[in-house]
Amino acid sequence: MAKPKEIAERPERLTGGHRLCAGCGAPIAVRQIMSVCPGPAVVSVATGCLEVSTTIYPYSAWRDSMIHSAFENAAATISGVETAYRSLHKQGKIREDMYFVAFGGDGGTYDIGLQALSGAVERGHNFVYVCYDNGAYMNTGFQRSSATPCGAWTTTSPVGKEAAGKQQNRKDLAQILVAHDIPYVATASPHNFKDMMNKAEKAFTTPGPAFLNVISPCPRGWRTPSDQSVALAKEAVQSCYWPLYEVEYGKYKINYKPREGKKTPVADWMKKQGRFAHLFKPGNEQLLEDIQDYIDRKWEELLKKEECL
Amino acid sequence: MTRVALTGNGAVALALKQVEPDVMAAYPITPQTEIAQNYAQYVADGAVKTEYIAVESEHSAMSSAIGAAAAGARTVTATSSQGFALMWEMLYIAASLRLPITMPVITRALSGPINIHCDHSDSMGGRDSGWIQLYGEDAQEGYDNAIQAFRIAEHMDVRLPVMTMIDGFIISGAIGPLETVADEDVKNFVGEYQALNPLLNVEQPVTVGAFDSLGGWYFEHKVAQNRAMENAMGVIEEVGAEYGVLTGRDYAHFKTHEIEDAEVVLIAIGSAAGNVKSVVDQLRANGKKVGMMKVRTLRPFPYLQIAEALSGARAIGVMDRADSFGAQGGPLYLEVRSAMLEAQSRPQIFNFIYGLGGRDIFPNDIESAVETLERAAAGEKVSPTRHYLNVREG
Repeated sequence: MAKPKEIAERPERLTGGHRLCAGCGAPIAVRQIMSVCPGPAVVSVATGCLEVSTTIYPYSAWRDSMIHSAFENAAATISGVETAYRSLHKQGKIREDMYFVAFGGDGGTYDIGLQALSGAVERGHNFVYVCYDNGAYMNTGFQRSSATPCGAWTTTSPVGKEAAGKQQNRKDLAQILVAHDIPYVATASPHNFKDMMNKAEKAFTTPGPAFLNVISPCPRGWRTPSDQSVALAKEAVQSCYWPLYEVEYGKYKINYKPREGKKTPVADWMKKQGRFAHLFKPGNEQLLEDIQDYIDRKWEELLKKEECL
Repeated sequence: MTRVALTGNGAVALALKQVEPDVMAAYPITPQTEIAQNYAQYVADGAVKTEYIAVESEHSAMSSAIGAAAAGARTVTATSSQGFALMWEMLYIAASLRLPITMPVITRALSGPINIHCDHSDSMGGRDSGWIQLYGEDAQEGYDNAIQAFRIAEHMDVRLPVMTMIDGFIISGAIGPLETVADEDVKNFVGEYQALNPLLNVEQPVTVGAFDSLGGWYFEHKVAQNRAMENAMGVIEEVGAEYGVLTGRDYAHFKTHEIEDAEVVLIAIGSAAGNVKSVVDQLRANGKKVGMMKVRTLRPFPYLQIAEALSGARAIGVMDRADSFGAQGGPLYLEVRSAMLEAQSRPQIFNFIYGLGGRDIFPNDIESAVETLERAAAGEKVSPTRHYLNVREG
C-alpha cells in the first residue's frame, strides 16, 4: 500500500457537502476505502443513510459513477453493472480497468439484502461488498436488525417491564461470507485506517468477490457524543466485541490481539452508550455476564480458527 | 424468410438470440423456463456474445438487469407469474430510471392457490408500473414483438422498458409454425445499441437513482415518464409498420376483424383472440353481424383509436383473462369502458371473465357471450355485472 501521506493527497472520491451526521462512521469508511481503489469505479449503494445523504437530487457527492436502485439489492445491482462491464470489455467497447463496489448498512446487508449478497458472491462477480454496520436500522429511526447487539435498546427492541432491549445475539455475517468460500473476507474499523485501507486494497485487487464488514458508530442510534465515534470503534475492537481479522482463500489472520490481560470488559464500552444505559441498573447483572461470556466464546473460537485454518 | 416449427418459448428465445443483447439475466419459472435454458445453451455453445447472469431470484434478475442497463448494456430478462410478482418493486424502478430493458413475459396465474397455467393476472398486475405492454396471440407474434420491443424501448423519444406477453403453455409450450427473419435482417432492424448516460463512461461519471424527495423533482419526473409513454404511442406504430415492410407482417395497436357493419363486437387479448376469430367467422357465415378486436398494446392504451373503431357497435363484450377484485370488471374491460366515453355513440359494454388458472374456453362459451351481447343489442335488460365463461356453478 502507498504511504498514508500520499494517499491523503489524492483527490476525494466522496466530496464534502453531503448530509451525513457529524460523527457518522459511514463516510469515514467510504473515504478510506475509496482512497485506495486503484481505478475508476462504479459504486452501488443500498437504500439507507449513506444513499439518501449523498445523492440529494440534483446534487451528488460521488465522483465515481454511482447507482442506487432499492434497499435489498445493492449486490444484485452491482452484479449487473459488473456483467455489463465484462460484456462490453470483451467486445472492445470499453478499454479501461474499472472497479465495482457496493455499500450497504446492516439492515440492507444482514437482513433484507442477504439473499442478493449471497447470490452475487456465489456467482463470483468481481466486486467488493462493504457493509457499514451501525447495528440497527438507523435511517428509519433506530429499529433492531439482526446486527443489533444483545441488550441494546432500539425502538423495536424497547426497554420495558418484560424486556431489557434486544433479547438475541448478533448474526455473525463475516462467518456467513467465509462459508461462501469467496477469495477475501475481512472486518475493519475506522479507527485503524491503515488496516482498513490495506484490506480495501486487497479486496479491490483480489479477483472475484470480496467482503468487508466495517463497524460504523452512529451517534444518534448509539446515544453517544458525535466526537466519540472513532474512540468507540477502537474500544469495540479492544474489547473483542469487533475483532479485526481477515480470511484470505480460507486462511484466517487476526490483525489485532489485545496483549495478555489487556482485553477490555465489553461493559466498559457499553457503559458509554445510551442504548445500553438500562443494563447498568440493578437486576441486569446476569445479562451483562451473559453478554461478556458470548463475546469471550466468539473470541476463543476465532483464535482457534486462526490456529487451525 | 424461413419457416420452422418451434414452441412459443423457443420462438421468443430465438428472437433474443438473433438480437444478441449484451446481458441476459434470468431465473427459471414455469412456464418461462425454456427461454432461460435455451439462452443459457446459446451462451454455452458460443452462439452469442451475451453475458448470462444466472441470478438467485427474479428480484435479482430485474435488479441486475437494471444495473446492466444503467451501465450501458443492451439487456433482457424473462419471467412468469410469481417471478413477475417478485420483480414488481423493481419494475417501477426500471421504468422510472428510463432503462430500455426488454422482457418476454409468459403469462401465468398468480398464487393462491398455486396454479401453473395461463391467465393474465401476472402481467395485468404490472400494467401501471411504467412498462410498455405488448400482447401477442401466438408464437409468431411473440417472436415479432420480442424483436420490435428493442426498437421501441431504445427510441430516444421513449427510453422505457417493454414487456411482450405470450400465453403460458397454450402458446409457450405448443409447437407451431414460425416464419423467422434472417439473423442479419434482425441485427439491422434493431441496429447498434446507443447507451444514454452510462455508468461505465469513465470520462463522465453519473449518479443514477438519486434521492428525489420533498423539494426535489419527483413530480416532474413522473410527468416526463408519462410523456415518454405518450410518445411511445406513435413509435410503436412506426416500428410496427417498418417491421411490416421487412417481413410482410405489419403491427398496429390492435387488429379488427369483420367490424365495419358489426352490431356486436368481442374484444380479446392473447391467445383467445384466435378462438374468438374462428367463432366470428362461423357466425358471420350464419348471417350474424358479429366482429372482433384483438388488442396488442395495453400500455400505452390507445383509447382514442379504440373509441373510434368501436363507435358503430351496439354492444361490446370485453373478454378478460384476469380479474380486478372489487372493481367494476377485469382490467381490459375497465380500459375499454373508459375509452368509450370518447366515442361518438355509446354502445353497451359487458365484461366476460374467462380462462382463470388455465381453464379452457370453448367455441360454445364464446357463442354464449355473443348471444348475451345480441340480447342487449335487441333491447333486453342484461346485468352489468361480470359474466363468467365456463365456470362451474355453486
